[in-house]
Amino acid sequence: MRIEVNGDMHEVTGATLADALDQLGWGKAKVATALNGEFVPASARAEQVLRDGDRLEVLAPMQGG
Amino acid sequence: MRDFYGVTLDSPLMLGTAQYPSPAVMAAAFRASGASVATVSLRRETGGGQAFWQMIKGLGVHVLPNTAGCYSAREAITTARMAREVFETNWIKLEVIGHADTLQPDPFGTLEAAETLSAEGFEVFPYMTEDQVLAQRLVDAGCRVLMPWGAPIGSGLGLNNRYGLRTLRAAFPDIPMVVDAGIGLPSHAADAIEMGFDAVLLNTAVAQASDPVAMAEGFGLAVRGGALAQRAGPMAPRDMAVPSTPVIGKAWL
Repeated sequence: MRIEVNGDMHEVTGATLADALDQLGWGKAKVATALNGEFVPASARAEQVLRDGDRLEVLAPMQGG
Repeated sequence: MRDFYGVTLDSPLMLGTAQYPSPAVMAAAFRASGASVATVSLRRETGGGQAFWQMIKGLGVHVLPNTAGCYSAREAITTARMAREVFETNWIKLEVIGHADTLQPDPFGTLEAAETLSAEGFEVFPYMTEDQVLAQRLVDAGCRVLMPWGAPIGSGLGLNNRYGLRTLRAAFPDIPMVVDAGIGLPSHAADAIEMGFDAVLLNTAVAQASDPVAMAEGFGLAVRGGALAQRAGPMAPRDMAVPSTPVIGKAWL
């Protein structure tokens, strides 16, 4: 299925958010996720089912003021 | 020094982590300033986030994540929830921006987000104007820290409305307050601390100085001087001169 990840379209094969993160190389990274604008806690990623066209944000620590 | 949600800080200086010439300069600036808090953000992961987080942890300071760039309560609330998980802290510097040119906070969105986040156990540091009515509403919403601006973010204009800041400080004597944004010089920071503010938060003034590490040290010394002066009880200003040297005993020449 194709989902949008941080603004770019990606083809993912897994069924869940946890699968997609593994596939994208962020399985063990310190990141936070939001699906279609809603926060998904790390503890819920394995149960979070993805659908074609979903919009995923993967955020990481960054410089800030 | 007053505590911030139960945390007593070693220094009244909170320093941002953005816009430095290099990570090494940023780390040196933190060391030179003695800052006790580092502000950070969450952005789309492009590869640098993991190393940056290790570096921040190495600074040994408290971490204050922000919701910078959010223009609605909904965005800010989601960002805060994500930040709490990543940074493992209930602290959140709540920014809900209302105007793109001035980066002035949206008081209505800020209040709405503060109510939701406080109810969810967040310890909210709301970026706000010096408006007293808004301050009361934020306190009613559960905020136990307030962060009035000195001037627009990144402007370096200093304390734009000293009257407003002074009356705000006096109106909420028991609420820890941080002057956040607009501070351009160590003298601005010292001024805020002398006025009774508990801390200052700044970024650009240090990061964009020609020599950020020297400027960071200057800010560290300034807030220390300001804090000593505030505790020492400053004299009351007056319009007329009063001689400091005794008049009695002056020779008749």
